[in-house]
This record gives sequence, C-alpha cells and structure tokens, in this order.
Amino acid sequence: MKKLGDILTGENPFEEILMGNEAVVRAMIETGTKVVTSYPGSPTPEIATAIQSVTETERPFYFEFSVNEKVATEVAFGAALNGNLSCVFFKSVGLNVALDTFVQLGLMNIIGGMVAILGDDPGANSSQNEQDNRNVYKMSRVTVLEPASPKEAYEYYKHAAALAVKEQTVVVLRLTTHVCHARQKVKFDAYKNTPSYRTDFNSENGPYIALTTMALDMKRKSIKKLHRSKQYIRQAGLNMELASQNSRKKGIITSGLTYLSLLDVLETAAYRPDILKLGAVNPLEEISILSFLKAHDEVLIIEELDDILEIQIKAMAYDEGLTVKLIGKKEDEDYVGEYTPDKVRGKLVSVWPDITTDNPKAFVLPFDIPARPAQMCPGCGHRSAFFAIKKALGKEDVTVADIGCHTLGYMPPYNIGEVLMCMGASPGMASGLSLFNDKKRVVAFLGDSTFFHAGLPGLINTIFNHHNMTLIIMENGTTAMTGHQDHAGEEISIESLLKGLGIENVFLCDTYKQEKLTDLVKTAMRIDGISVVIASHPCMLKFTRLQRKKPGFIQKHITIDQETCNQTHDCVEQFGCPTFIRNPDQSVDINLDLCIGDGSCRPSCPQQAIDFDKGVK
Amino acid sequence: MKAYNIHITGVGGQGIGLLSQALLRGIDHAGINALAVDTHGLAQRGGVVVSMIRCGDKIHSPMIMKNSADLVLGMEIHEAMRGLETALKKGGTLVYLDVSWQPLGVRLGLNTELTANDIQTACESIGAVAVKVDTRTMDDSRMQNMALLGTIAKQRIVPGVSKQNYDDALEDLLSGEMLRKNKEIFNAYA
Repeated sequence: MKKLGDILTGENPFEEILMGNEAVVRAMIETGTKVVTSYPGSPTPEIATAIQSVTETERPFYFEFSVNEKVATEVAFGAALNGNLSCVFFKSVGLNVALDTFVQLGLMNIIGGMVAILGDDPGANSSQNEQDNRNVYKMSRVTVLEPASPKEAYEYYKHAAALAVKEQTVVVLRLTTHVCHARQKVKFDAYKNTPSYRTDFNSENGPYIALTTMALDMKRKSIKKLHRSKQYIRQAGLNMELASQNSRKKGIITSGLTYLSLLDVLETAAYRPDILKLGAVNPLEEISILSFLKAHDEVLIIEELDDILEIQIKAMAYDEGLTVKLIGKKEDEDYVGEYTPDKVRGKLVSVWPDITTDNPKAFVLPFDIPARPAQMCPGCGHRSAFFAIKKALGKEDVTVADIGCHTLGYMPPYNIGEVLMCMGASPGMASGLSLFNDKKRVVAFLGDSTFFHAGLPGLINTIFNHHNMTLIIMENGTTAMTGHQDHAGEEISIESLLKGLGIENVFLCDTYKQEKLTDLVKTAMRIDGISVVIASHPCMLKFTRLQRKKPGFIQKHITIDQETCNQTHDCVEQFGCPTFIRNPDQSVDINLDLCIGDGSCRPSCPQQAIDFDKGVK
Repeated sequence: MKAYNIHITGVGGQGIGLLSQALLRGIDHAGINALAVDTHGLAQRGGVVVSMIRCGDKIHSPMIMKNSADLVLGMEIHEAMRGLETALKKGGTLVYLDVSWQPLGVRLGLNTELTANDIQTACESIGAVAVKVDTRTMDDSRMQNMALLGTIAKQRIVPGVSKQNYDDALEDLLSGEMLRKNKEIFNAYA
C-alpha cells in the first residue's frame, strides 16, 4: 500500500496520482513552508487530511486548526513576521470571517512570506453562496494565482511561495472546488528537509502599525509590490497563449478550470480560436493581455462567476484605443453556476453559432426519479434532538438555524430552522427577531464548533442587551460536517463558559433522552431572557467508524416486531431515520446496510414495536 | 486512445471513493492517461455522490459533459436511474448494483420506489447495455464496490484495462486485512 504520508515526504523526484488538495501539501514541503493554519471547510479540508497523513514527528512544519479563519490568518501572519514561510487555507466564505485581518496583509512587510490557499465554490456545492472572492483581492492588493488542475496547483503554490518570499508579502492561490477534488498524475521534484524555525521578529522590518499617515505610505508600498508582481508573472510565463493554426482572428481569454472546460469543448468545434489562459488573475499583467487583444479582431472573455477580468480588460482596451470587439457576459445566467464544459459550450455557441459542437440530448425516461437530499446519518444525535424539540415548540414559535450538520433540520420531517445566514449568526438574528415580540418564542440553534468560531459575540450581545431567546447548542464533540476535525471544545467546556458568562439557566441533556429533552426545552422556553440548552450526543458517524476498526466488532441492528407494528409510520415519517424502509404494502423494515443499532428510534414507536435485535450473531 | 468516460454514482457511505480510486489507478497501471474528480459536498450525509473518470488522449477537464459517459456505474437503483438519464451516452453501458437506499420522498410516502425491473425497462427504451450485479449474498455491504469492480474486470468493460491492473491498484490503496477482504470479493466477481 502506498501511504500518502510517505509519498508526500519522499526525498527523490517522483510521479504520483494525487488530488489537488494533496498536491499542494507536497509543494508546502518542497518550498520549506514552516507554519500552516486552517479552519475546516469544503472544498479545502483534504489539505488538512493530507497534512495529517504525515506524522507530527515526520512533518516538516507546524500545523493547527485555529478557532476560525480570522484567527488562522493572524497566526500564519504572526509566524511569517518571525521569518517563517507560512500558509493559511480555508473555504470561500471563510474569507468573509478573515477579512478584517486579510485586507491589512497587503500593507505589511511579511518577512517570511505567506501563501493563502482560498477555495472558492462555484456552483455552491457545499456553501451558502457561490461568492467570487476575486472581488476582494483588488481591494486587498494581493497577487492571486489560479491553477486549473492538481499539476498546476502544485506548480503555482511554488510560484506563490517564491513570489511571497521575494516580495515579503502574501500571495493567494485561488483554488475552486473541482480543482481541489480533481485527481491526476503529477511529477514532483526532490525535497531536502531543512529543519530550522526562525524567531526573527523585529519592528524595524515594518512599519507594522498602519495608523495615520503611515497607512498611506504602506499603501504606496503595496502598490509598488503589485507592479513587481506583474514582472514576476511575465517572467514566469504564468499567462500562457495557445495559438491555433486557423484562428480567423478570434481569441478567447479565460482562466482556471474554465480553461480546461473550453479545451474539451473545442475538441469537436468547427474551428479553434486562439486562447490566452491567465495564470494570475490579480493583478492583471497588461503586456500579455494587450498583445493578445491587438492580434485579434474579436475576443471573448469566458470567466466563471463575476465579470472581474472582463471589466478590467475592457478598461485596458479603452485606454489603449483598441478597436478589438470585446465580448463578455450578457445574460444573467452568465453570472451563475460553475463553468462546466456544458456551460462553456452554451456560452461559446451563443456568441459564435458557427462554431457548433456536439451537444447530446438528455434521455427522457418514463420514470420519476425521487430527489435525494442530504440527510442526518443513522443514529445522529441531532435527529433525536429535533424529534424531541419539535414536541416542545408551539406553531407560532420561530426557529433560527446556523451552519453545521444540524442545518439539515430545516428539511422534512422536522422543518426546524427557518432562517440561515452564516457561521455563528443565529444568536444575533434571534435577538433581532425577539424585539417587540412577546407572542412567539425565538429559539436559535448553534453547533459546538461554530459556538467557538463565531457564535460567542452574538451570545454575549444577547446577555449584554438582555434579549429574550432560547439557544440550543447542538453539541456533537467535533466539526462533523467537514470531516470530524477537532475544535476548541476539546480544551474548553461550553457549560463552564456559559456559566462563567453569568447565564443562570443552562440545561444539559443527552439527545437520546428524548422525553427529558422535550421537557427541558419547554422549561427553557418559558424563562424570560436568555436560556441555553446543551443538547449533546457524540457524532455517531465518527463513533461508528472508530468502533468498526476495533477487532471482533459486530454490527448491531434494531428490529421491528411486525406483529406489534400497526403501521402508524411515526418511525419513518416523523423520526425519519434513513434506515427505515417503507415497503409497497406499507409495512416497515430495516435497511441493514444502514442501521447501526443505536436504538435512538425506539421512543418514536407508540406501539413499542422497535427493539434491539438480540438475534445478531 | 479515444476518450472514454466513466460516471460513478451512488449514495454517501457506499464506498464510491475507493471504487473510483481503484478504477483510476487501474487505468493508470494499464498505461492510459486518466483524470478524475469527486463531488462530495455533503456526501457523508446520505446525499448523492458522483465521481467522474476520464481516460484517453484528448481529455482536458475531469468533468464529463452531459450524456457523454461511455459507462455509468450505479451503486444504488435510484442513482443508477439518475445517471442513466443525465450522464449515459447513446449506446453506452450501465453496470449497477441491485441495491436500494430509499430516498426521503419514498420513505415519506410521496414517491414511488424504483426497482431493477425499471432500470431494465429504461435501458431497453434507450438502447443501453445493462449489467446487473447481484450482491445479496454478501455479508458486508461496505464492500459492494468490489463486486462492481470485479464485474468490470471480468467483462473487461474499460478498454485496455486488465484484471491485473485493478489488482495492482488495490495493492496501492489497501493493506493487511482490508486488502485481503476486498480482494476476496473482487476475485469472486472477477
């Protein structure tokens, strides 16, 4: 077996099939990155998995999950001020959390250099929006490289590190979901471990206090750094022209994975326009772009999400007085969704109908295929919690969701959580909803990792301003949604913290004790002011995986006594564990592939027809 | 080699990750250029998981265009049907497990559950080749992926890739007891 940790730390050059998220870890090792920080979030958590595949003793750098993206950025920045090359990585919306710190980075003389791997999520595969973080990079005055594949992710990280060290600045490596998760064979270079950490912080390397006129001088410097970035981009050949034999003076400017989508579409095209692929999407390097514009009569800019390149390129052409026809986004849909090969084909044909490419028709089958939304796992403590809490809620009461596995409570059959914003927003939103509202009780939900991440300020505000709400902390002991990363709850008890904040009404309950939980929530909801219920049960996906690894493990199940069952269907319709099978004759069975025998479903049956299967071998 | 596209689909928790990696590495061991991509945002929470593999010479993005897959692998009946409708190309092949994990709507009594017969009917209506893999005798459902891989190896469904290539891929990916158990099932179907 090839172990990922051994692959990533090998000293000789090698070729291996790796995911984009794994390939960048080899680049961290080769470039001598010394400090790496993160808060988990798709599409980047496998970077951490790859890092953790190398044992701490073998790992040539320090790694931590910080409490949120802002703190992760600050830790990486501080480490780089000591002279260590550092890296922070997180997901698209994580930049919103980190922004207060992030916008300052461009102003700073980061003597060790810093790389930020930021994973955008076009198509909102696992995010609350598909925000285009390129909108922020101009404001922050940072250089941004955008790879199209795992191979380029590895190579561009090395460019980012080289430029960051050279200019003592931060460079962003902009990944997108399907670059992170693509797999391909990549050639890697040799690596020699140089185990040395620096502690060279000296305020004379700054200034590091961006106040009054200093802030403007620092801004001037950051502008100069971007000019030099453009030289680097040009010398490194990061913007790459792909000339065709038969261009008809037509060209296309694109970047990232959209470039590969385009190449696939052009495989069956009637003709091939020339292509300029931008490897650096901020700042735009004018020389390569202007020379491309001048060589063509018509240039189409195909870019995923917002029209960032388009607006800047049109401005460049205007300033130069060029007559080239520039075509960018036209329809609203041009701003929406991932630029898959299908989407790029549609755009291409809408602009140049004579380029017609293959477009197979979807089959129309005589069957309705039921949708399959994500579900809470079998045995999930959140399911027991929602099942119990629903009994405590009145029809008028308002439920406020937050980010995490428990967000899935908004779906049937629970329908709990009627408004969702972002990490840690529920206490604040609930406070606002509670104003002038003495008829409806407002109940907010918050996960334990999110509590530490961004939930605390909202909660403290609730205490400070005497808001009237019940907060239910859905505690599963891990950062479950993104793959079970540790969080601050390992070290800090939420209960002690709440009591330390002076909250008098804090109730604790294991969610499997459903009747007790219903009663506690009812009690909590009757209290004026803030009341908190910690509804806890360990993540059963994590627990079951650990159990299965133990020798002699036997999978337990539950069973339904078909004699006792009178098909009220509370188990399958109200409790809603995916383990239940509804047969065509309306009898209910257990899917043994899914059932983990936790028995949390038993209280849902009014006939007590569900029990542990004692016949298991 | 002409481009050959494989669309693998199922439900989170069925072991699509290992199947996809074994196929990708098997194709690589056969000396064929290959790319893959997983979509697994909320996959662990019982949602749809799709993995795509593309092999051959003129391939660029790992993402397959709609209805352009030469092969759809369905680890679950409903997802096999979805793959058939959205991913399979005309005259393509569907290899699927006769396994149903009922979607929410079926459990709530709002939708009708699909069956292997429906899959056969659908495949006949569009001229697709259907290969059903029966795993009802298997003790551990988490190794159903190996039954699919074995069937693909036995029928040499992916052009130019031999059983030995998949064997080598499994050796890359697993060790010890896990390797032994997975190979046992792989060999039983191969």
